Amino acid sequence: MYKIAKASLPQLYKAIAGSNALYLPVKKAGQTNYAPWTEDAEVDIETLKTVKSAKDAFFPQSETLYTCIRDGKKIRIEAEELINESFVVFGVKGCDVHGVEVLDRVFLSEPVDTFYAARREHGIIVALACNEPELSCFCKVFGTDCSEPEGADVVTWLVGEDLFWKPVTEKGEALTGQIKELLEETDDTAVNEKKAEIKDIAEKIPNMHLSLDGWGRDDKLERFNSPIWEDLYKPCLACGTCTFVCPTCQCYDIKDYDTGHGVKRYRCWDSCMYSDFTMMAHGNNRTSQMQRFRQRFMHKLVYYPTNNDGMFSCTGCGRCVDKCPSSLNIVKVIKAFEKEGK
Amino acid sequence: MPINENEEFRPKIVAFCCNWCSYAGADLAGSCRLGYPADVKIIRVPCSCRVNPMFILRAFEKGADGVIMCGCHPGDCHYSTGNYYARRRMTLLFSMLDYIGVEHGRTRVEWVSAAEGVKFSQTMNEFVEKIRSLGKNVRLGDLRCRN
Amino acid sequence: MQELINRAKELLSDGTVARVLGWRRGDLPYNPEPAYFSDEASLSEFVYNGFCGANLSKYMIEASKLEGKTLVFLKPCDSYSFKQLMKEHRVDRGKAYIVGVGCKGKLNMDRFNEMGIKNVLDVKGAELDDTCDKLIIETLTGEKTCEYKDAMLERCHVCKGKEHVVYDELIGDSADTVDADRFAEVERIEAMSPEEKFEFFRGELSKCIRCNACRNVCPACSCRKCVFDSTKFDSAQKANVDSFEEKMFHIIRAFHVAGRCTDCGECSRVCPQGIPLHLFNRKFIKDINTLYGDFTAGAGDEERTPLTSFTFDDAEPGTI
Repeated sequence: MYKIAKASLPQLYKAIAGSNALYLPVKKAGQTNYAPWTEDAEVDIETLKTVKSAKDAFFPQSETLYTCIRDGKKIRIEAEELINESFVVFGVKGCDVHGVEVLDRVFLSEPVDTFYAARREHGIIVALACNEPELSCFCKVFGTDCSEPEGADVVTWLVGEDLFWKPVTEKGEALTGQIKELLEETDDTAVNEKKAEIKDIAEKIPNMHLSLDGWGRDDKLERFNSPIWEDLYKPCLACGTCTFVCPTCQCYDIKDYDTGHGVKRYRCWDSCMYSDFTMMAHGNNRTSQMQRFRQRFMHKLVYYPTNNDGMFSCTGCGRCVDKCPSSLNIVKVIKAFEKEGK
Repeated sequence: MPINENEEFRPKIVAFCCNWCSYAGADLAGSCRLGYPADVKIIRVPCSCRVNPMFILRAFEKGADGVIMCGCHPGDCHYSTGNYYARRRMTLLFSMLDYIGVEHGRTRVEWVSAAEGVKFSQTMNEFVEKIRSLGKNVRLGDLRCRN
Repeated sequence: MQELINRAKELLSDGTVARVLGWRRGDLPYNPEPAYFSDEASLSEFVYNGFCGANLSKYMIEASKLEGKTLVFLKPCDSYSFKQLMKEHRVDRGKAYIVGVGCKGKLNMDRFNEMGIKNVLDVKGAELDDTCDKLIIETLTGEKTCEYKDAMLERCHVCKGKEHVVYDELIGDSADTVDADRFAEVERIEAMSPEEKFEFFRGELSKCIRCNACRNVCPACSCRKCVFDSTKFDSAQKANVDSFEEKMFHIIRAFHVAGRCTDCGECSRVCPQGIPLHLFNRKFIKDINTLYGDFTAGAGDEERTPLTSFTFDDAEPGTI
């Protein structure tokens, strides 16, 4: 365990950015989102939740795959280069680290997504414990410990005027080595106290005790055919807010962009709430908003666990709880089924 | 295309010309041997009213440095009232572009009749000069369209 | 609120309406959702308080296709949207039974967060009949208070007025909430240099995640197929690749609703990134008012909007 004074964090960022690209929560035009670090960026690690999750660092909202260039009478194809330099994502909360694990199961299983794999290989996650989980959080339900995020390379805590730093993996040790002169060795008493304090707060949040009974691998058809969906989906506006702020939504679309002197083929996040999601030549296999809405939650709570040893594709970050324009969210879905006793 | 520092800046200009007046005006300018810079690329439209605000934005997106729309003089529209609607639309759109920080000079509307070859040539010369002085459009273009 | 529930029950039981469109109590004190109620029992979950900001008029497009009448609760500003949709023949007036409800300004959770009020367990003073102008907020960390006005949505500070433009009956009184000039922010931006304007909008719009919430919530965006949903259009809905797209999307969207936008402020309310989208719409409204005479979409009975009419001596483009 190491520590560094909060006041020296800018030096820490600078030191990390010296040998890696550094992404961290930056406040811009009133909102905090992950962005590359620069000298004059307004770093904001106090805000509990960035609007978008840290997913962008590994699976960006939009990325070019290859470019077709007209070359006389021929067409040349230039593949986009894979990331080959290390980068650090700093200040990732427990739920977002958990989200990356969910993405891993999708993108790193055969056939491996090379773009994602390259980013995972070169990315170093520095997690930050949540000092004050909020009412919209329910990460404990999915086994995330927000007081000590699992799956990160380094875990940090903000306690008082210090940032405590604990490398966990080899990558984390290596990063710690690079910035050793800024860190000071210490014991973990302060951190243990903080952890207990965080757990106390989490305990008081009602949604942390949500029951997942009946979700998971079983009873697919019964849930699918439930009449509850017909009532639940009604307020849904069919926008993509929940999908785009979600740390685990991993669907994407591949499109072409005509630049006038070539074509860029890129992939971008897609949302199952959109009417052209999984559109095929024959049309669309989900034709109503109810079906699309059901797909999103069945995928998170039933299909994904079925395919991934019971692991849910929701991390309880609560972003959809905060952001849905119609105040609709996964918690309401779970509660609605619970109320009906199904 | 490598950018040669010594090369003079050649703006890309899109001109939407209505079929009945302005396009014929451009034709007349040609018949009269009145020159205008080759930087102006004319797109013929049936009526100035056909110009969807999206056309203007798309032109900028794809790399135009200036966009000009020409139509029949108000009152002379081949379809009676088309250019009156176009006028309101462009007024609002140009005001919006100015509002988000695109210089006023990059957009223009000029009414050119089929008999006004001289006016067409003059307008285009003036407009090209204006865009040359404003320089490259970096605020609205899509980065992917640059070469 | 009880008055609204009682009236809804009466209308349901005498068969005047087949369903009720209102707001349902959420699982947290501040997140009621728009909902249909088809029987008296379900109305026990009905709620109407300061957090019911959602404009229900757009839901009436779908409700107009259902069998029988729908009872819909509209706030004064929502009624403008409904009337505008009526003029565009997107909703069926005959299928709607409109109860105009009073409003004393709607609340915005972001304001609470900015004031450092988090983990809200209960809010007192947000009901329509609460006369106190303070909110008492019970949080996980104790009781807090704030002025009602400080927690209001931006749109309520520039409220259009207390009158409903279309209704069958009215329940409840509205309060005066106006304490700001509607066009002040637009004027502030207009006075900037092109560089400053561009920086301002780049800062705001680069946050856009293209979730389309602004479009989907907008009562004026009622096209059955949006131009941005076209698969043949390479700036279509999802991509967010380079700096240009968000600008294109937001300018075009604002333009498509110009002259029809009632300035209901839903776009700014729903934006997950807090982009002040109303600044686009208000710019068009301001220009229309200055150039073509004062016009409020959804207010009058005239058929023509500023962009579907003209005069012979309109201003020339580029003059403002």
